[in-house]
Amino acid sequence: MAIAILGKKVGMTQVFDEDGNRVPVTLIQAGPCPVLQVKTAEGKDGYDAVVLGFEPVKEKSLTKPVIGRFKKWEAAPTRYIREVRITPDEAAMYPPPGEALQVGIFQPGEKVDVTGHSRGRGFQGVMKRHGMHGFPDSHGTHEYFRHPGSIGNRTWPGRVIKGKRLPGHHGDERNTTLNLRVVAVMPERNLVMVRGAVPGAPGSLVTLRKAVKVPARKAAR
Amino acid sequence: MHGTIQELQKVQMRTDVPRFGPGDTIRVHVRVREGDKERVQVFEGVVLGRKGGGVHETVTVRKVSYGVGVERVFPVHSPMLQAIEVVTHGRVRRAKLTYLRGRKGKAARITEKRAPLLQAVATPEPADQPSDAETDQPVE
Repeated sequence: MAIAILGKKVGMTQVFDEDGNRVPVTLIQAGPCPVLQVKTAEGKDGYDAVVLGFEPVKEKSLTKPVIGRFKKWEAAPTRYIREVRITPDEAAMYPPPGEALQVGIFQPGEKVDVTGHSRGRGFQGVMKRHGMHGFPDSHGTHEYFRHPGSIGNRTWPGRVIKGKRLPGHHGDERNTTLNLRVVAVMPERNLVMVRGAVPGAPGSLVTLRKAVKVPARKAAR
Repeated sequence: MHGTIQELQKVQMRTDVPRFGPGDTIRVHVRVREGDKERVQVFEGVVLGRKGGGVHETVTVRKVSYGVGVERVFPVHSPMLQAIEVVTHGRVRRAKLTYLRGRKGKAARITEKRAPLLQAVATPEPADQPSDAETDQPVE
């Protein structure tokens, strides 16, 4: 899954690029992420992964089982512990256990994917949840403004097709935004600026990884 | 807003923005890039209002050019602006002068403020830079 780092969404702002254009950016405080453990397919874990920690925390705010894990790793406790699945040869991209991964792994201009947990919006209708258009405000519309319209046919098939987009719970799910451009990296402050929006509320945990699906045409440039 | 963001915005903000508000006539010196050449274009008009805060702030300037109303929105802190000059201060009673759009000629006049012009021009005449506090006051 390429190289990934944990971070915290700080918020959005804008910056001016060298041509004077305004660029919307999301500020992310990423790393340092101590590598806590490397799991291998040959070992007892049975799969390849790297365990990363993020955000130092006092021992007293963790539970005993979690403290036990850090004891075993001989590492300072962190608030977040996350695993990143890798291929065996990618293990070399990470520092050895005990050392920390820094934002410096990203360069301005690079593309990254950002994964976060979107804000929960509760039970929402079809317009907000699925971007449907609703119905006209005039021309005879009667008490039918934000509805989905027809949701099926007639006696055949006699049921609603599975997966039909209907009202329901919106948000509060894991989302990934692909191919965001890294605008700036500030290694001395563990900050990275990414063009555009990122899932989640300010202060929520996000994962940044090098883009895995850059279109070939764009990668060539 | 998060302190880190404010701090990073501050770096981007211009310190040479004069004090001006709706009703004032200002002259905006814009850098225009044509191919590899760059020149400065001046847009003079009435400030209809300012919008946004911090580095996001924009100003809407309106002028009537050959009988056609022209409005431009400039990011106040854009590096593409060489300077903003205040020509006159106008006496107006609201924050957004959208009512000017429907008016022309005599009806679109704005009374000038009687008080001495708060000459808070940053450039291009560095000689008459007044040193009072108003000049370097960042926009709210």
